[in-house]
Amino acid sequence: MSHLLREHAPITEATWGLIDEEARERLTPALAARRLVDFAGPHGWEHSATNLGRARAVGGTPGDGIQALQRQVLAVVELRAPFALSRAELADADRGAEDVDFGPLDDAAHQLAAAENRTLFHGFPDAGITGIAEASTHEAITLGEDCAAYPRHVARAIEAMLRAGIDGPYGLALGPEAYTRVLETSEHGGYPLLDHLRKIIDGPLAWAPGVRGAVVVSLRGGDFLLDVGEDLSIGYTTHDAESVELYLVESLTFRVATPEAAVALTP
Amino acid sequence: MGFDQYHEPAHELPAETRTFARLCASLTEEAEAIGWYEQRMAVESDREASAIMRDAQGEEFKHFCMDLEFLLRRTPLWREIARGILFQEGDIVEHGEEAEEEAVEGAAARGAPLTGSTSLGIGSLKGVAS
Repeated sequence: MSHLLREHAPITEATWGLIDEEARERLTPALAARRLVDFAGPHGWEHSATNLGRARAVGGTPGDGIQALQRQVLAVVELRAPFALSRAELADADRGAEDVDFGPLDDAAHQLAAAENRTLFHGFPDAGITGIAEASTHEAITLGEDCAAYPRHVARAIEAMLRAGIDGPYGLALGPEAYTRVLETSEHGGYPLLDHLRKIIDGPLAWAPGVRGAVVVSLRGGDFLLDVGEDLSIGYTTHDAESVELYLVESLTFRVATPEAAVALTP
Repeated sequence: MGFDQYHEPAHELPAETRTFARLCASLTEEAEAIGWYEQRMAVESDREASAIMRDAQGEEFKHFCMDLEFLLRRTPLWREIARGILFQEGDIVEHGEEAEEEAVEGAAARGAPLTGSTSLGIGSLKGVAS
């Protein structure tokens, strides 16, 4: 039996299928970082750490004439978003209802996607993770609210990376506020700003809940490493007569191998 | 009643794996029946009896294909390999080797779920259109 304990939930196989599908539909558009960084895994729930390929000197020694080094690893962090579904709604799903209320699941999916984006772009110091924006060695560029200037800011970011020898194609993660502004804006002649930005970066432009401002990254590969143990899954906690408590979970580590391969655009 | 389709203790297997095993067993039975009818028809001299068996074998073809389609829908990697082999002209072994290599390497690159995993199977989205 899997650690997710799904078999213990009072949920039919067909409704588990609906729940999983709903989660996939909500998570996929919001997982901006996964569109831009390298992905390794999934290695499974038992995977506990990522090898950093480094060692540090240990203060003491277990014997005269012995030198001791200790390997350094990055411990996996588990991200979990609990939610509860109404048993009456799940029963209606079994009856074939098309408008089942998966609201709590949708909220949890959005929260977890935003948390993953935040972890990868802005870091999670308590878990030993440095984010892409924080790691960048380039001076941050202020994005501001004037959309007309966005193409110039993005072009400056790309130029900074080119000067550092970082090739494209590039990708752009835009926080929700900046993304909405871009979506609403047409330039002179009615050309959508979204398309203009896509042409400049020659790569994807991702809606990135959890991101402050925006981040331009190189997509050439090998610069940003997401190492996943358990990929996004839904597990079971408990239930009563009214509701079933479930959770979305994933386990991961993240490293920035090339800090020069990204430029932060601050709000 | 036997439970030979289970190789591991049934109570330790998740429901979806038990269903998968049942359809694998069913697929095997349909293939066996197709082979049996083929043999019977090869030795049958009565044309009417042969026609009935031909009709019955057609049913088994249908059952086999439905079982196979179900299993392929539940197993994306298998489906991808099958797509490279089935209904293709040319060397079957060559197609098989190519399809396996492309599918397995592609799945690993996308972060496809481990066999038996109940994850959502999202993996990497790099290169996926938004």
